[in-house]
Amino acid sequence: MLAMPRKDVVLFLGFAAVVLAMPIWLQPFGAAYPDLLNRFAIFAIFAVGFNILFGLTGYLSFGHAAFFGVGSYAAVWSFKLLSMDALPALVFAIVVSGLFALAIGFLSLRRSGIYFSILTLAFAQMSYNLAYSVFTPITNGETGLQLSLNDSRVLDRMFSEPGPGLPSPTLLGTPLSGYVAFYFCAFFLIATFFIAQRVTGSPFGMMLKGIKSNQTRMNYTGVNTRPYTLAAFVISGMYAGLAGALLAITDPLAGAERMQWTASGEVVLMTILGGAGTLVGPVIGAWLIKYFENIFSAINDGILTQFWGFLPDGAQHTAVLISSKFVGEGWFLTLGLVFVLIVVFLPGGVMEGVRRIAALFRPNKPTPASAGTTASKPHPAE
Amino acid sequence: MSLPNVVLHVADVHKRFGGLHALADIDLQVEEGQTHAIIGPNGAGKSTLLNVIIGKLAPSSGQVVFEGTVLTGRKPYQINQLGIARVFQTPEIFADLSVLHNVMIPALAKRDGAFKLSMLRSLEHEHAVRAEAEHMLHDVGMHSAREDHAGSLSRGDKRRMELAMCLIQHPRLLLLDEPTAGMSRHDTNTTIELLKKIKSRGMTKVIIEHDMHVVFSLADKISVLAQGRIIADGTPDQVRGNPKVQEAYLGGTA
Ligand SMILES: Nc1ncnc2c1ncn2[C@@H]1O[C@H](COP(=O)(O)OP(=O)(O)OP(=O)(O)O)[C@@H](O)[C@H]1O
Ligand SMILES: [Mg+2]
Repeated sequence: MLAMPRKDVVLFLGFAAVVLAMPIWLQPFGAAYPDLLNRFAIFAIFAVGFNILFGLTGYLSFGHAAFFGVGSYAAVWSFKLLSMDALPALVFAIVVSGLFALAIGFLSLRRSGIYFSILTLAFAQMSYNLAYSVFTPITNGETGLQLSLNDSRVLDRMFSEPGPGLPSPTLLGTPLSGYVAFYFCAFFLIATFFIAQRVTGSPFGMMLKGIKSNQTRMNYTGVNTRPYTLAAFVISGMYAGLAGALLAITDPLAGAERMQWTASGEVVLMTILGGAGTLVGPVIGAWLIKYFENIFSAINDGILTQFWGFLPDGAQHTAVLISSKFVGEGWFLTLGLVFVLIVVFLPGGVMEGVRRIAALFRPNKPTPASAGTTASKPHPAE
Repeated sequence: MSLPNVVLHVADVHKRFGGLHALADIDLQVEEGQTHAIIGPNGAGKSTLLNVIIGKLAPSSGQVVFEGTVLTGRKPYQINQLGIARVFQTPEIFADLSVLHNVMIPALAKRDGAFKLSMLRSLEHEHAVRAEAEHMLHDVGMHSAREDHAGSLSRGDKRRMELAMCLIQHPRLLLLDEPTAGMSRHDTNTTIELLKKIKSRGMTKVIIEHDMHVVFSLADKISVLAQGRIIADGTPDQVRGNPKVQEAYLGGTA
């Protein structure tokens, strides 16, 4: 029953190998340190889950950061009330974000297209604002939710006396720091990729693709589309919650800015940049964005002045002035530009680029149906 | 002689779009196993009638009864699950998917019902559904195109595929809105043969057609619709000889 087609097994094993070897092959890029690796894994999970909704059903949510944020808060509360162990935190975060997604999805999915997108955006912004106002007892407002010395941590206290200082997250007693934390996140990335693969390749996934392609036909084919889209929404909300919890595990702190619309927009960009509807695309999108965010936001005027050093003084000044708008805080401007270029010239994202290049090396092969853009060619009658 | 079994009963249906009386006092009975043709000039209300039957439009008054179940007020997917499938005037297909997947989706919907969370099994291992879909594609003469992108098919092929999508559900009532429009004469004849074949299996059909060759080779009964009213009905021979019908088709003002 759990058997997988061979090409799926190959893809899965290849993916797992690439993820596990990240600390090695990212060395030459200067990105092989745990803090960044964690973010690669976490945001890839977020994007893979987002793609189950957007890539398969075509419903574009602009509010998924809300579930990410809820996952973070839930995990930190689990640390505060129950235990510093990561497992209860993850379970709690997935359950809470799943329920939250059920409520928001139930309401938002009454509409489709742009109205759906706006509803999700509105709910996420409401959550963000409430986190700063009504819900400050839960979210600790602008300071953000943090661990403190007088947290109850009932499970931990049953087994041992609290030590001095703030504790840090563990996995069955092993501290989750450095590469241990990365491999912990990597395990979840591989597992959630596997689940996404199963969902995509299942009859359920086929129904989601049918909904994306022609919802009217689905209705007249006897399919009740609402529960299908809601299931996809909740699954992707749980993925977001898991990602949010993992971020809280690698750094036990949760702030409302994680729920802001820019964070929701970022996961949309990751998915589209990599290739919506593909399995690997969202992962690549997440990695690229987190990698370049890391580089570009670290660049400051000093580095720029050096970089443009070969220019004459006046020109150098202008070059620094202009390029400084695209780095540091201005990284979003660069991201926006890249996004525009991708959507205009490569709407299928990086994965479409890969396919186009692969097609160049594979002469005379008819385009298979899954390849997206196909020129119309009439069939002779049989 | 036993009484004929009425499968579909459209009872006193009216449909108004603002001031337009698109359907007026429609009363129609379709008997089991028969092919019932609806003909009439453009804008007569033929597609609107099918829209009311499958739940796309709610009638302004009146109701539709299928095998003793009132359809009016039910959702389109529920009406399909009761056993009614429809080929649309402009093909409603999954243009982004392969031909095979287009036909597998309705087969899955038939097998699994309106909703099923079937995530554990892989689609590739749904051998029975796949075999059924391939068989269906053979029947409509599209097996060799099964891996093609449905959106890139010719208009006639899209229709044939849509027909396969409906037939694979083994509906008890099949509604066809101009199934041969856009087809070559050769493809039209293939489709007529196919429709005759399913008729011999006892499927009840309502067919809208402008092509009189198709109508007279398939229909057991014909209803003529003009300006939202049924102006004549009966056997093909009765309808052919009816002066009102000739008038409506010649566009004379009565
Ligand atoms: N949803 C709608 N809203 C408003 N008017 C409509 C709607 N659907 C159909 N009509 C109108 O109702 C009338 C009947 O349309 P219908 O599509 O049923 O005609 P038809 O008999 O199928 O014609 P054709 O042979 O051209 O397909 C037309 O005047 C049409 O403009
Ligand atoms: Mg019509």
